[in-house]
Amino acid sequence: MLEIKDLVKSYGASEPVLKGLNFSTQDKHLTAIIGSSGAGKSTMLRCINRLVTADSGQILFDGVDLLTLKGKALQRARRKIGMIFQAYNLIDRLTVMENVLSGRLGYIPFLRGAFRKFPQEDIDHAYALLKRVGLAQYVNKRCDELSGGERQRVGAARALMQNPSILLADEPTASLDPKTSERIMELIAQLTEELHLPVLINLHNVAQAKQYAARIVGLRGGVIVFDGKPEELSDEHLEKIYADKKELDEQLHPHPEQSR
Amino acid sequence: MNKALSGGGSSAGHFRWKRPPFIANPVLRYGLLAAFVVYFAYVFNTLEVNPARIARGIPRAMQIFSSAIPPDFSARGKLIFTGFVESIQITFLATFAGVLLSIPFAFAAARNIAILPIYGLGRGIIIVARSLHPVVLGVLFVKAVGFGAFAGVLTLIIYTLGFVGKLLAEAIEEIKHGQIEAIRSTGAGYFSVLVYAVLPQIMPRLIGLTMYQLDINLRASAVIGLVGAGGIGNTLNSAFGRYDYGTASAILLIMIVIILFAESVSSRLRRFTK
Repeated sequence: MLEIKDLVKSYGASEPVLKGLNFSTQDKHLTAIIGSSGAGKSTMLRCINRLVTADSGQILFDGVDLLTLKGKALQRARRKIGMIFQAYNLIDRLTVMENVLSGRLGYIPFLRGAFRKFPQEDIDHAYALLKRVGLAQYVNKRCDELSGGERQRVGAARALMQNPSILLADEPTASLDPKTSERIMELIAQLTEELHLPVLINLHNVAQAKQYAARIVGLRGGVIVFDGKPEELSDEHLEKIYADKKELDEQLHPHPEQSR
Repeated sequence: MNKALSGGGSSAGHFRWKRPPFIANPVLRYGLLAAFVVYFAYVFNTLEVNPARIARGIPRAMQIFSSAIPPDFSARGKLIFTGFVESIQITFLATFAGVLLSIPFAFAAARNIAILPIYGLGRGIIIVARSLHPVVLGVLFVKAVGFGAFAGVLTLIIYTLGFVGKLLAEAIEEIKHGQIEAIRSTGAGYFSVLVYAVLPQIMPRLIGLTMYQLDINLRASAVIGLVGAGGIGNTLNSAFGRYDYGTASAILLIMIVIILFAESVSSRLRRFTK
C-alpha cells in the first residue's frame, strides 16, 4: 500500500530533516506519528503527497514510486491521497459546499470546476459528507464564518471527497481548543473505521495518540526511534523520542486542563 | 560629580555633542550643495524666470477668469453633453477591458505562481505600460489610429493594465500559501489551483481596484481628450481654442461634480467588499 524507503530530505544546505526514513503500512487503521517540533513529522507527510520534494529515496504507493511522477501522473496520484491541515487551509471566501467539492478538482475537467458545474453524484456525495460531519445546514455559508472546529470538519470532508485510498493529517487538532480537539480526533477515528482507510496522523499530544491510534511511530531527528502498539509505548520510549526535557515533562505529566 | 557621568572629550568636563550630519564626508556634503546651487542658478537664468512677465500675465489671467464667469452651460450645451457621454463610455469600456486584460498579466507577474521566464515577461509588459503617462500614450494612439474615442479607449486600457496589473500582482504575491497547497494536494491541475486557491483570495482587491480605476480613468479620459483622444477633453480643448471661456468653465464645473460623485460612489462600493 504505502512503503517509504530511505527517504532523505533537507531544506537548503542545512542538516537533513529526514535522514533515511523507512516506514510502511498495509493496515487500514490509524497510525499516529509523534515527535518534538523539527523531528520531521510534517516533512514526512508532505513528502508523501509531494508538497515538498524529497532529495532521495522511494515512496511506493500502490506499487508506483511517487517521487518519479510529474504533471498529470502526479495529479492522478495526489487525488488518491487526502490531506487534512493544521491551519485547515480552506478557501475562506468560498462556501462550505465549494470547499468540499474542490476535493473533486483532480477528477473533473478544468472548465467544469471553474464554473462550478460538478457532476450530480459529486454534489450528492459532498452533501452526504457534510451531513456526516454535522454541517449540512451550512452548505452555502462562507468558510470564514465558521468556527475552528467547523472548519476542520469541512477540511476533513474535502479530503474524503477525493475518495482517497490513504488519508494524511498534519496536526489536525493543534489549532483547536482541547474540547474541540477531542471531537475532531473522535471524528477522524470514526471515519477511519467507517471508510476503512489507512490514516497517518501527526500529533503533538501523546495522550491522544495513545487513545486513538492502533499504531504509534516515534520520530526523532529524522529517523524512526519507536514503532509499535500504543500499549508498548513506555516512558523510556518517550524519553528517547522527546530529547527536550521540558517537552518530555509536559507529555509525561500533562496539565490537567490539557488532558481532558 | 561622578567620573563616569562627567566623562567626555573636553578638558572643561563638558560633553560636546552635535547632531551627526546626514552625509558624513564633508567634501561630498558641501560639493553636492554647491552643485545644487550652481545648477539652480543656471536653470533660473536659461528659463528666463522674469518678474515682469509674471506681472504682465496677471491681468491676462484675470481677463480669462472674468470671461469664464458666469459659466455658460447653454450655448454649447449639446456638445458638452455628448462630450461627457463619450468620456463616460470611454471610461467604462476601457476600465473593464483593461481589468480583464490585466488579470492574466498579473498572474504572470506574480513570482509565487509564475515560472521565471513568464514572470520576467509579465513584469516587463507591466513596467512598460506603467512607464508611459496616459497623455504620452494618448498622443501615440491618436497618431496610430486617428483622432477620437477609439484612441482614448486604447490609451486607458494600457494605463489600466499598468496600474491594476502591478497592484494585482502584488496582491497575488501576498496570498496565503496554505490554500494553494490544499487545492494542489487534491490533485487539481495548475489552472484549477489558480481559480480555486488564488482567485478567491484576490477577489476583494480586484473589485476594489476596478472601482478605483473607474474613478481614475474618468479623470484621465478628460486629460487625454486634450490631445485628441475623444471625450469631454476634446470639447474642452476646442472651447479654449475658440476663446469660449464660459463654455470651458461650465465643462470644468461639471467635471468636478462628476468626479466627486464617482469618487464617493467608488469608495462606498470598495467598503462593501471584504
